[in-house]
Amino acid sequence: MESIEKLLQLIPHYEGLPELLRLALPMLVSCVLVFALLALAVLFLVWLERKVSAHIQDRLGPMYVGGWHGWAQTLADALKLLLKEDIVPESADKVLFKMAPFVVFLGAFAAFVVVPFGAMSFVTDLNIGVLYVVAVGSLSVIGLIMAGWASNNKYSLYGGMRAAAQIISYEIPSAIAIMTVIIYVGSLSMVDIVNAQKGGILHWFIFRNPFVFLGFVVYFVASLAEVNRTPFDIPEAESELVAGYHTEYSGMRFAFFFLAEYANMILVASVATTLFLGGWTSVLPGGTQLVPGPILFFGKALVLIFVQMWLRWSLPRLRVDQLMYLSWKVLLPVSLALVLGVGWLAVDW
Amino acid sequence: MFTYFRDIGLGITTVLKSMGVAWRHLFTPSVTLQYPTEKWTMPERSRARLLNIIEDCIGCGQCARVCPTECIRIQTEKRGKEEPEIVASNGTAIKLRTIVFDIDMTLCCYCALCTFACPTHCLVMTPAYEYSVYDKREHVYHFAKERSKIDKPPGGPSPAAA
Repeated sequence: MESIEKLLQLIPHYEGLPELLRLALPMLVSCVLVFALLALAVLFLVWLERKVSAHIQDRLGPMYVGGWHGWAQTLADALKLLLKEDIVPESADKVLFKMAPFVVFLGAFAAFVVVPFGAMSFVTDLNIGVLYVVAVGSLSVIGLIMAGWASNNKYSLYGGMRAAAQIISYEIPSAIAIMTVIIYVGSLSMVDIVNAQKGGILHWFIFRNPFVFLGFVVYFVASLAEVNRTPFDIPEAESELVAGYHTEYSGMRFAFFFLAEYANMILVASVATTLFLGGWTSVLPGGTQLVPGPILFFGKALVLIFVQMWLRWSLPRLRVDQLMYLSWKVLLPVSLALVLGVGWLAVDW
Repeated sequence: MFTYFRDIGLGITTVLKSMGVAWRHLFTPSVTLQYPTEKWTMPERSRARLLNIIEDCIGCGQCARVCPTECIRIQTEKRGKEEPEIVASNGTAIKLRTIVFDIDMTLCCYCALCTFACPTHCLVMTPAYEYSVYDKREHVYHFAKERSKIDKPPGGPSPAAA
């Protein structure tokens, strides 16, 4: 936000503006900036997902719209979704039904506030950044259960209930896996965490010690479940629940669920990049920055997102009991053991 | 306890194995054919749209009789004695003038029985399979070229040229 404030000061007579406007303008600009970037990234990722899935299944995917390998397909789809009729079921709870998609999106969107995309490009540096991400990130579960309940549809309700059970269960191992990094840094601020990993690939936490590496694996698996991706997509299991919590949605509200899903993917990839893969810091040993930080950051996040997609098209969906087994009986004990291990190494005996 | 750890190990290895399979398929060439721009080469003897070589047709009507969906409509009249004798390419004398030879391809079931019945092999199936039209009446193919030499045609609309 500081860099945006500096930019805004280039506006003539900026200092002469009312106090309230000067306070609100940087927030508004950074919000719009993050939203625009996020929407662009989502458009790209939906296209990428379709391409990756197609090629894994020996197909081609979208090929026509826009010329080169159907690059404009998602643009056309988004336009179509925006123009479609917004259907609200007769017996739905209208207010909650209309609100839910935005609540879901809000959770993902608000968490981006503390993600440092580059040395200077972050909205704000909270001293409890990681806690904020974990807390705000799980806000979306309220939206999901809201959508499931307000639709007044058995499939939606099942989807919402499953989403709640799943996301809350997987919050715990993912938060504990994040603890392994926090023990190292001794700070919850995202910027401090990135700064502690400066100096090339060997300084990234993932390669510092085996416990943190396993912590990364646990976080990655748990984050997949948190964003409802296959193999943990039981809240929207299309073969059982039609489309889960968003069965009754159409048009722009459906698009918002879609946006939220991909924004959540980007969020967990960004958080994993920041915590374990050195954020925007360079790959090269010694830490010479050849490419700008934000590009490097998105590159690393993109690799993680690609792995998410890769997993999605490799694995079948888990059953509900298998899902709970994995969370409570495997990931939770493993992550606790990892925290103990990191703590044991961190203590100066 | 042992099975617990064995199951975890099994889970990890099978996930990695399936990811390996997916990775291999990511780089195998796609099987998709970009249809309107790329096309199958149809087998030489594939059986799609019917074609009647009307010059060889003797108007015997066996095709219409054998057709299970009755999609072939034939009307003939006798050729006059004074008209020059003509023969089909396999030597059969053509004694009837085919004035109507319509095939309704919307009814055709592609069984090819008519082509086996045809004594002069003038009714054949061609590999042409792209003949969608906006009006289904355009799917009635008129093969007869000769018009009736009798003043009044024996009923039905006059056949247009195919």
